[in-house]
Amino acid sequence: MISLWETSRISFRALAVNKMRSALTMLGIIIGVMAVIMMFAIGSGANREISDRFSSMGSNLLTVRPGTGQAPGGVRSGSVNTLTADDARAIAEECMAVAYAAPVYGGSAQVVYGNQNWSTSITGTTPDYLFVQDWAVGSGTVFTDQDVRSATKVCVVGKTIVDNLFGGEDPIGKTLRVRNVPMVVVGVLGEIGTNPMGRDQDDIVLVPVTTAQRRLFSSSRSGSVSTIMVKAHSSELLGAAQDQVTSLLSMRHRIREGGEEDFTVRNMAQMIENAKAATRTMTLLLTAVAGVSLLVGGIGIMNIMLVSVTERTREIGIRMALGAKTVDIRLQFLVEALMLSLLGGATGIILGVAGALSISRGFGWAVDISFFSISLAFGFSAFVGIFFGYYPAWKASLLNPIEALRYE
Amino acid sequence: MAMNELVRLEVITKIYDLGDVRVEALRDVSFTVEEGEFLSIMGASGSGKSTLMNILGCLDTPTRGRYYLEGHDVSSLSRDELADIRKHKIGFVFQGFNLLPRMTALENVKLPMLYNGIHPSLRDEKAMDALEMVGLGDRAQHQPQQLSGGQQQRVAIARALVNDASVILADEPTGNLDSRTSRDIMDLFMKLNDEHGRTIIQVTHESDMAAYGKRVLTFRDGMVLKDERTGRS
Repeated sequence: MISLWETSRISFRALAVNKMRSALTMLGIIIGVMAVIMMFAIGSGANREISDRFSSMGSNLLTVRPGTGQAPGGVRSGSVNTLTADDARAIAEECMAVAYAAPVYGGSAQVVYGNQNWSTSITGTTPDYLFVQDWAVGSGTVFTDQDVRSATKVCVVGKTIVDNLFGGEDPIGKTLRVRNVPMVVVGVLGEIGTNPMGRDQDDIVLVPVTTAQRRLFSSSRSGSVSTIMVKAHSSELLGAAQDQVTSLLSMRHRIREGGEEDFTVRNMAQMIENAKAATRTMTLLLTAVAGVSLLVGGIGIMNIMLVSVTERTREIGIRMALGAKTVDIRLQFLVEALMLSLLGGATGIILGVAGALSISRGFGWAVDISFFSISLAFGFSAFVGIFFGYYPAWKASLLNPIEALRYE
Repeated sequence: MAMNELVRLEVITKIYDLGDVRVEALRDVSFTVEEGEFLSIMGASGSGKSTLMNILGCLDTPTRGRYYLEGHDVSSLSRDELADIRKHKIGFVFQGFNLLPRMTALENVKLPMLYNGIHPSLRDEKAMDALEMVGLGDRAQHQPQQLSGGQQQRVAIARALVNDASVILADEPTGNLDSRTSRDIMDLFMKLNDEHGRTIIQVTHESDMAAYGKRVLTFRDGMVLKDERTGRS
């Protein structure tokens, strides 16, 4: 048996003869491996980011929204306005497991300061909102409960607003206009970052919930809020908090035993799980597609190797006449197939890593390029090469030397 | 010249079973070849000379009978055992040259050494020696398609020489060459036989080419018709 090194050299030369064909044959593997690497990188990056962000938000949060969450297909009917700021206050006061509860009512609006304007989200809430979210005030103060009671025209702005509207100057004491309503800035939030859905959370203006209800976004049914954010004392008490909130609101809303609730309480831990499961499913699906591509690439290799064996029948005959054994011929073609798949795999890994990095740069997505996914992709392409290269190599090695020599 | 028995065929019969037809390509062929001989095997097509060549070259095994090469019975070896015999004891020269394209003359000559375990560092030198022996030392880096038919056949002969084979088997070595080049190739064989003591067995259907051998075996219908010494012996 001749050495693997020499076999590799022969195989490499054979592949170099048909550069175009070799490149096209590798393309299937390249695309497959590239897809696997990128899918894994994006998938696990998304997963990590979801856990990071949710855990930074604290896993002891509940959200209460109006309407039932049991609508077909999980669509939430947000048009029912059944929650009020009083509900939030009641939750905070009466539910033992709840630390804070804050109503949220708001919407998008143009914010104007001087000749600058900026479209942002206006969140009407209570001072407790900052405790619920674990946010801190960077400078200035938060509006007070008194401000909430009297619907004062004050606001707290996020860092993005400071940057874009005030050009970095200190906004405290300045007056900006929201929907033509002048509001005095009393505080600036500390920098927060983006939320699990990728939204910039610093792009926010906090106002008293009453101000939002009465002066900015007056609704037909006054006093209603779109969400109540609830924070349990600890993540262990989250379940208890969920039960207490549900029974309290059922009582307050006079829901009969077994009747359909007009609100939905969602648990942050469940949301994390849901988001992760969705990412996992997506990653799995895309990886399956990538796997199919690898399979197709493998069939391409087998196809080309079969053609190659037929084309080089005479060469095989010559090598056999000169003393090549069955194993020598088999190894030569097997190494050729393996080389195609490994070169393709390596190229795919390089392109996949480059692709994942440029996606991370270009779209700001989190990507995790793991050693595991690289070795998986490389291992899989090696397997494809051996699996699909074996039959052609076996066929070549069993040629009759006399007939092979006579082959035209 | 030392007269050791190199090849001994004992009542070799080769039958091809083609389904309903059985073709007896060789019938009870027996002869011996001594070391240092230059034997021509003559015969029309269908006389069984190609079958004989395949058996002598260990590419095929006889249906019946015994073939001793250097005293070893090789008539019933396995595929890989035959390959082992070929790489150490036999040098082939084919009618169609059978060089590998896109490889230089030198690389083609080195090819047998890839399989017979000669250390890589010795291969270049041995291959150059062989090329020089056939007068192509200056064409080592040429590829087959850059060489004339006669030159290609010389490269093939160098390839047959390089593994120090016990016997060079030439199958219609001048079949694709014009008569002048054919004579050159025959002269080369004679030189290798006379000066280097190489044993050569060639198969041909041309009597003037056969006449270069020291001994001519004439085949007909799978049997030896005549076994005669030429004037050269």
